[in-house]
Amino acid sequence: MPSTPTDRPRPLSPNIQIYRPQLTSVLSIANRMTGVALAAYAVALVAWLVSAAAGPAAYTTVQSLIGSWLGRLLLLGCTFCFFLHLCGGIRHLAWDAGYGFSLRAIYASGWTAVAMSMTLTALTWVVGIVLAGHGQ
Amino acid sequence: MTRTQMRSALGKAVGLGSARDGVENWLLERVSAVALIPLTLWFTVSTVMHAGDDYATVMAWLRRPVTTTLMALLLMALFHHTALGLQVIIEDYVHSRMKVLLLVGMRLGCLAMAVTGLVATLKIAFGA
Repeated sequence: MPSTPTDRPRPLSPNIQIYRPQLTSVLSIANRMTGVALAAYAVALVAWLVSAAAGPAAYTTVQSLIGSWLGRLLLLGCTFCFFLHLCGGIRHLAWDAGYGFSLRAIYASGWTAVAMSMTLTALTWVVGIVLAGHGQ
Repeated sequence: MTRTQMRSALGKAVGLGSARDGVENWLLERVSAVALIPLTLWFTVSTVMHAGDDYATVMAWLRRPVTTTLMALLLMALFHHTALGLQVIIEDYVHSRMKVLLLVGMRLGCLAMAVTGLVATLKIAFGA
């Protein structure tokens, strides 16, 4: 008798509860999670544009929300999510073109994406804070 | 470019690969990703350059034709990419009847957001 699916269950994908995280798997799910977060930030971008179109009163209200400590924390999160998703996306485009598939290259590009995201987030905020200081 | 061109004749003959819109989804997600690299970087650099600026200065920037054009392109590419990405995530993790509701709601929400953003951008550009 040939074995039926009930005799021999099909293999399952890795069970994340007992699966040791690696850079590859963490960055893979991070690309999805930052994508979902950026979808929410995209809605915030539309709200910001609508407030600017509505006039100075609405714009000032939205700007004060962004300027609050929670607003700034969320904006910092947005900056990091954006750069991590951007770097992750560029890795994916390289893989789609057939490059960077060796284990060595995958880890090198992965750590580069992490380091670049942190560096670009820090750079963006330092420049922003310096320019905001000059404007006031 | 059509989805048929992206698949080999042998693959189609033996029934390999996506049965429906997988190839097109995959391709459009990457086309929008390529467009979003310069557009999102432009937006990030521009907003950082305007950090701390008052309403009048920001509006003067938003009213420039190049800003209106790039903002419209950004909104379209952004919400197209968002819809394709969220679609795959919903299809991967939601297996109940909620799946269709979420897919339709998400797609309509992305369209509504893109149109709202475009109208706001155009009102800023051409409004009184």
